[in-house]
Amino acid sequence: MDTKENGENINAVSKAGNLSAGNNSHNLANHTCEGCGRSDLAEQERRRLRALEVVAQLSVIGALLCFIGVGVTYWVGGQNQFLGGFLAAGLALLGIGVIVIGKYFMPQGPFVEQRHEISSTVQQKQLFEEALVERGGSAFKRRKFLGVLMGASATMFGITFAFPWIRSLGPLPGKTLFQTWWRPGSRVVTVHGRPVKVDDLEVGGILTVFPEGHAGSSMSQTILIRAASLPITTRKGRETWSPHGYLGFSKICTHAGCPVGLYEEQSQQLLCPCHQSIFDVLDGAVPVFGPAPRPLPQLPLGVDEEGYLRARSDFLEPVGPGFWERTTA
Amino acid sequence: MNSTGYTNGKLAGSVDWMDQRLGLARIGRKIMDKIFPDHWSFMLGEIALYSFIVLVITGVFLTLYYVPSSQQIIYHGSYLPLRGRRVSEAYASTVNLSLNVRGGLLMRQMHHWAADVFTAAIVIHLCRIFFTGAFRRPRELNWIVGIILLILAISNGFTGYSLPDDLISGTGLRIMFSIILSIPVIGTYLGFFIFGGNFPGKLIIPRLYIIHVFIIPIIIAGLLGMHLGLLIYHKHTQFSGKGRREQNVVGSPLWPTFVAKTTGLFLMTFAFIAALGAFIQINPIWQFGPYQPYKISYAVQPDWYMGWLDGAMRIMPSWEWTGFGHTWPLEVFIPAVALPGLTFTLLFAWPFLEAHFGKDKAEHHLLDRPRDKPLRTAIGAGALSFYVVLFGASATDVLANFFQTSLNLVLWSFRITVVIVPIAIAFLTYKICKELTETPYSGQRKRAVVMVRSPQGGYNAYRADPHPDTKAGQVAEPVPIEPESTQA
Ligand code: FES
Repeated sequence: MDTKENGENINAVSKAGNLSAGNNSHNLANHTCEGCGRSDLAEQERRRLRALEVVAQLSVIGALLCFIGVGVTYWVGGQNQFLGGFLAAGLALLGIGVIVIGKYFMPQGPFVEQRHEISSTVQQKQLFEEALVERGGSAFKRRKFLGVLMGASATMFGITFAFPWIRSLGPLPGKTLFQTWWRPGSRVVTVHGRPVKVDDLEVGGILTVFPEGHAGSSMSQTILIRAASLPITTRKGRETWSPHGYLGFSKICTHAGCPVGLYEEQSQQLLCPCHQSIFDVLDGAVPVFGPAPRPLPQLPLGVDEEGYLRARSDFLEPVGPGFWERTTA
Repeated sequence: MNSTGYTNGKLAGSVDWMDQRLGLARIGRKIMDKIFPDHWSFMLGEIALYSFIVLVITGVFLTLYYVPSSQQIIYHGSYLPLRGRRVSEAYASTVNLSLNVRGGLLMRQMHHWAADVFTAAIVIHLCRIFFTGAFRRPRELNWIVGIILLILAISNGFTGYSLPDDLISGTGLRIMFSIILSIPVIGTYLGFFIFGGNFPGKLIIPRLYIIHVFIIPIIIAGLLGMHLGLLIYHKHTQFSGKGRREQNVVGSPLWPTFVAKTTGLFLMTFAFIAALGAFIQINPIWQFGPYQPYKISYAVQPDWYMGWLDGAMRIMPSWEWTGFGHTWPLEVFIPAVALPGLTFTLLFAWPFLEAHFGKDKAEHHLLDRPRDKPLRTAIGAGALSFYVVLFGASATDVLANFFQTSLNLVLWSFRITVVIVPIAIAFLTYKICKELTETPYSGQRKRAVVMVRSPQGGYNAYRADPHPDTKAGQVAEPVPIEPESTQA
């Protein structure tokens, strides 16, 4: 391979006059068509090219009309299917025209180009090393201390300048993930802030509820299910948590945090539509299927004298998906 | 010819002005002579490039109307079912640009479709590079650039998907927050820093916006330049065949043949995306409703390129690790952090692994036929089927509904197939490759058998000439090139 310095090593023979089309036209027919005269073949070829030219012309005319169609459609209101349909058709027709030209009316070769050597010669490598190390490095070699100082101050710049880029981005997590807005005595309200009374839900009914004053809160969202008309004990120690059959569970899936939004009344199961975790409502919302690792935390509920549902306390464990600081209960 | 050296008067004007400043004629001629091999599989990367261009064109339009804000407002727009609902400005502006801005819906749907086509083209292009061994020396660096581009494309797909702040994308963001939380030690801090506090927060939408419209696109554009620059510098690979050798490239010149063909491909890609945007509805966010942290849509489906992660999260057993006063949600970490981490690490490392274990560190410019490297092809096919099964697993609920069977059965079928299928596919692929390489004449065009009847009435059969394409040793013509070297 020749290695001219500037890499201009592509082979060089002029072929400018030989840009005819038809290199793709080899086929078995050409070989077996013994009887055909040469002029017949040339005539066929000419006709074929003429036909292709007409195809290209027609499609480009079609493209022009389609683009006018785009303009008109836009003008009369821009109906999506017509606008996009005209656009797509116009672009495709124009594309056909361009491809026909590229495929049949331009030199097809095949042409060849030589590759160049990628690796440098030994001499080039030496020259490189000399410049990098000798020429560049010598200034520092004799001033090691200065070099160290410069390195130190550059590092300090890198570290301190990164402070705002990292630390300012957000508050520290602190206890945020460990608590919700539920407080002892918080009234249970709907998303519109209306307090929920003990006879608001039929048996089998469900409602998304929040602590009063925090309707819509992401962390505090709770699913209220009336599973029976009598208190239900889901787990040991939760005997008093479900007045009149009302069960409250954190609505945040313990898998990846989606709202556990689907309730199957017959099986009394909550289903998370994100990855199909299923929780058993009557058994403390333990996951019975899917990737969720933990039960939905249960909210201790009570009823006041006026018949309003109230929380007895916050959830007793962090709600939602797991995280590193979450302590093992 | 005049004093400038050009015969054509027009060139003498404009081009010569440029030539005096840039040496345009010299560089221009070299560029025009660049050879592009003709093979359909080389168009995959071009399709990716052109969908990126469509993404930029349509995306700039969207930025003119979109408002990156989670500020809650009351919707007063033209879509009646939403009237009076509390929605974020981001959501309201997206509904507005879809339904009230003339041509806006087309631009938005094209943008979304273009993102899907973009990622799909990248993935198929990657497969082509992998199975033909185009990543081998000297192209390992370009392979790495390509993988980074894939990661960026997926990331930008996800960020863009999240911007409308509709019910489905908001759920996706919630899952993303939980995924970040699953990272041990730093996860909680990382999540709070990225989201500017606990989920959902008010900062994530504006942050995603600037990442989506500026930071990632600019990196993509830069890396695309590098990708193409390296491609020009290394020159194309090519399949072996008539006259094609390690030391040359055979094909059509950039100007005019390749330019015409690739312009055609650009127009076709554009047309295809426009047709999708026109006729196939995508992400009708006004139907999904605005994101509310306590609401959920029944049909939570991410875009296709996130499907494998969704599927992996679904079939992962619930293995939360607890100990030493800490929790490590492996049921999220393994499918959503470790799996993609491992996937991309292996992709980055593949060229080096193959060179090391295959003991082949030589330069390669001729491509492999997949069958000639049965082991690589088998591993690739097996890995691919693994991701396809994971993708399928993202539809467990749909499948259970469709086949009227239990979720449990579907789940366990996927847990089993995700192990069995890749092994089986890899094994089968290996066998098929071996078989093919050992079959004589396989992969070559069939030669016709010609029957001739002699005047005496006897029959004679012989094989016709081989197809011209298979004629060995036929040398391609050198490209016409610089005059001074012609004289030499
Ligand atoms: S978020 Fe509920 S199952 Fe994954």
